[in-house]
Amino acid sequence: MKRFWGFVVKEFYHIFRDYRTLLILFGMPAVQMLLFGYVITNEIKDAQIAILDLSKDEVTRRISEKVLSSGYFILEKNLTSFDEVDQVFREGNVKLALIFEPEFAKNLDKAGKAKVQIIGDASDPNTANILVNYLQGILSNYLISLNAEKIPMQITPEVRMLYNAEMKGVYMFVPGLMAMLLMLISALMTSLSITREKELGTMELLLVSPLKPLQIIIGKVSPYVFLAFVDACIIIILGNTVFGVPIVGSVVLLLFESLLYICMALSLGILISTITSSQQIAMMVSLVALMLPTILLSGFIFPVENMPWILQWLCHIMPPKYFITIIKSIMLKGNGFEYIAFETAVLVGFTLLFILLSVKKFKVRLA
Amino acid sequence: MLNIDQHSRNIYFAIPPLKMNPISVEHISKKFAGVNALDDISFRVDKGELFGFIGPDGAGKTTLFRILTTLIIPDTGKALINGLDVVKDYKKIRQDIGYMPGRFSLYSDLSVEENLNFYATVFGTSIAENYELIKDIYIQIEPFKKRKAGKLSGGMKQKLALSCALIHKPSVLILDEPTTGVDAVSRLEFWEMLKRLKHIGITIIVSTPYMDEASLCDRVALIQDGKIMTMRSPAEIIKTYPWKLFSVKSDDIFRLLNDLRQISQAYTVFAFGQSAHVSFKEDQENEESLFEYLKTKGHSGLKISQATATIEDCFMELMMKS
Amino acid sequence: MYNPDAENVIVVSDLVKKFGSFVANDHLSFEVKKGEIFGFLGANGAGKTTTIRILCGLSYPTSGKLKVGGFDIYKEREKIKKNIGYMSQKFSLYDDLTVYENIRFYAGIYGLRKKVIEERASDLMKKLDMKDARDKLIHDIPLGWKQKLAFSVAIIHNPKIVFLDEPTGGVDPVTRRQFWDMIFEASRNGITVFVTTHYMDEAEYCDRVSIMVDGKISALDTPENLKNNYGAGSMNDVFLKLARAKVN
Repeated sequence: MKRFWGFVVKEFYHIFRDYRTLLILFGMPAVQMLLFGYVITNEIKDAQIAILDLSKDEVTRRISEKVLSSGYFILEKNLTSFDEVDQVFREGNVKLALIFEPEFAKNLDKAGKAKVQIIGDASDPNTANILVNYLQGILSNYLISLNAEKIPMQITPEVRMLYNAEMKGVYMFVPGLMAMLLMLISALMTSLSITREKELGTMELLLVSPLKPLQIIIGKVSPYVFLAFVDACIIIILGNTVFGVPIVGSVVLLLFESLLYICMALSLGILISTITSSQQIAMMVSLVALMLPTILLSGFIFPVENMPWILQWLCHIMPPKYFITIIKSIMLKGNGFEYIAFETAVLVGFTLLFILLSVKKFKVRLA
Repeated sequence: MLNIDQHSRNIYFAIPPLKMNPISVEHISKKFAGVNALDDISFRVDKGELFGFIGPDGAGKTTLFRILTTLIIPDTGKALINGLDVVKDYKKIRQDIGYMPGRFSLYSDLSVEENLNFYATVFGTSIAENYELIKDIYIQIEPFKKRKAGKLSGGMKQKLALSCALIHKPSVLILDEPTTGVDAVSRLEFWEMLKRLKHIGITIIVSTPYMDEASLCDRVALIQDGKIMTMRSPAEIIKTYPWKLFSVKSDDIFRLLNDLRQISQAYTVFAFGQSAHVSFKEDQENEESLFEYLKTKGHSGLKISQATATIEDCFMELMMKS
Repeated sequence: MYNPDAENVIVVSDLVKKFGSFVANDHLSFEVKKGEIFGFLGANGAGKTTTIRILCGLSYPTSGKLKVGGFDIYKEREKIKKNIGYMSQKFSLYDDLTVYENIRFYAGIYGLRKKVIEERASDLMKKLDMKDARDKLIHDIPLGWKQKLAFSVAIIHNPKIVFLDEPTGGVDPVTRRQFWDMIFEASRNGITVFVTTHYMDEAEYCDRVSIMVDGKISALDTPENLKNNYGAGSMNDVFLKLARAKVN
């Protein structure tokens, strides 16, 4: 028993004397608790809504006021015609559109019924569903407040879900999965590649050779570009054939953007490997520091708009967030390049930044 | 003919100056975590010389060699390879040196042939181009050329690493403990190969912890705790051993060592295989008095003779002095 | 000291160890006497490390009979482990523990009582002249000290046999000899020493030496006899002659 105890004491010494272990034991859970706590929420607030008021009467104004003061919605745009609806959704700045039919108040008064159209962006079906429910709730509350008089009244909402009529959850998951998987594969593979050479000692001979750092880096990335691209194609094909995720837009554009994302992830992997010296650390950093934020902070599952502003700000520096927007835009909305030019530029920027930093941080010497 | 080098704006003569040493080191020092890995090291190696650095682990050999191969920057001092500075001109130096690091640094999952091909390509040459140079060495592992490098024996790994270091016909060869952990036969063969390379005019600098390998070099530097204790040809080092040395044998080495240590005039007493080496500062000591003394201590099977110092004796003497 | 009439502390009979179809140990048979310094030599890959691991109970033989310290290797493995000490070049002490913590840990593993540990630790550190280094991390002490300390720790529980796997690799010549002084002393105190080494002059310090070539024992005798039989001036030459004979 005593020798067992002696052994346990020794293990405690090792743990407390290694700051890395301490970081994992105490630092990581704290961070994860905070992250998960703030990110996971099923309530939505401040969702962007567009209103097309074809009636512009007192009732519609009152309803609009109620909607906008509910806390669930923020007015993004007041639409003037039906043609603008498609555009505003393509641009991706609006989650929901509320359309009042012409002569709304008159119809409600005279015939006891009036129609509204609710259009939701179902590329994120969960959010769309929740928002539609909120809106319908607000409408019926309004009706109840009116029915202080005995006359039965109805506001019939016609609900249309854009891009994902059947509200398939998989339409949301597949793009997110793509972002996560490609990031993981690419970054993990390249981060291991350089650190493996450092660990095994073969880097020593490489450094003494005439190979330039840029040649070494690009040389290491090249095989993976091709392989990861094949992976991307497989994922898209599986998503399309097995899960029925449509490719409404241009396939060529989709493949090009995937290639760009892969290059970005590969460069990130290289950057990680220039700053770590062991494969284990490289793997941990890739898995924890990349996968977790990709899942939580990219809008993959949990909408960005619901997070505290500090996390929202963090989300904006997550490359996967931009890629998910791009994929959904092309696959579900069928958008052309103009709509994703900004996100593409961001990805290009990230790629160049990582490559630049890698070349700078690549140690031309051992120490 | 004058060449103006753009980077350093120096003017080099197209024909290298007569007295330029392939390796020239001046007052190099390097600290790691507050400890002096190298302390004011200076030396020069001549063209075609086989120069050895002898010393135990931690003496500073690997640190020095990494500075020469441009992998580490010294804290102070200057080192030149073929007249090029290891800090400023590292890119040019890397084209022209051959290096065998302290541990096996080739790709275990590539075959013998694939490894050699890789390094040939990286240096812009091919196996065929310089085959003559490595033939004597490579021919011993050629039957295994399809085998993965990780599956070779220690001796074969060394031969492969040497071939890869030579494949681009370097003028300077830097070998860090190439014979450590290798069996005695392979060690001998390796040094034979080095001698042949030296005759072609390649300058070779080698480090080793094995003292007996010192005698195979043209000149050696004995290094301990980052300092060079002495630097000359092995024969000269042995000649400069200052004390009178006796080799003593008896049937009980343990008791022998203890009894010899009791002698007040004995300066050092060390075991050397089955004999003890005992040194005296005074010249009067001789075999007879030693014999008498040990006989009274009850030793049997005594054999005493005056001995010439070995490199190891000299190394230990220098260690005791510092 | 080799005494042919002393009791056997290690008896190996027809030891075979195979890894797949590769035969690492090919029908080895030998005995080691109490108090002997037994040198176990051979090239890398000859099978030395395999044998030591089997003797220490770290690995199972494919076939053959072995007794270590009088205990059977198959049935009394745990008893063997309590009665032996082990030290290798690659690892012995924990870098991030202090000198004293290492001593206490290993002594504790072998079941020594607190008071005994304190006594022996104190004696040990005094003998090695390391009293001031008691609370220094192993990481920060010189290599020579590490080796000597590791050996002392390996025998702190007065085992019957201590196994040393290339214990003096890379150490300076003075420290090496100090190390062997400690080995001689241990042998005098009745501890049997089973040591492997690459330094041929160290082979001469042994009472008897066995040389392994390709998984078989090619020679086993005192260094003196080996040199006479092979007409060699040193153990190095004996080794070369044996190795070259194999090639031919």
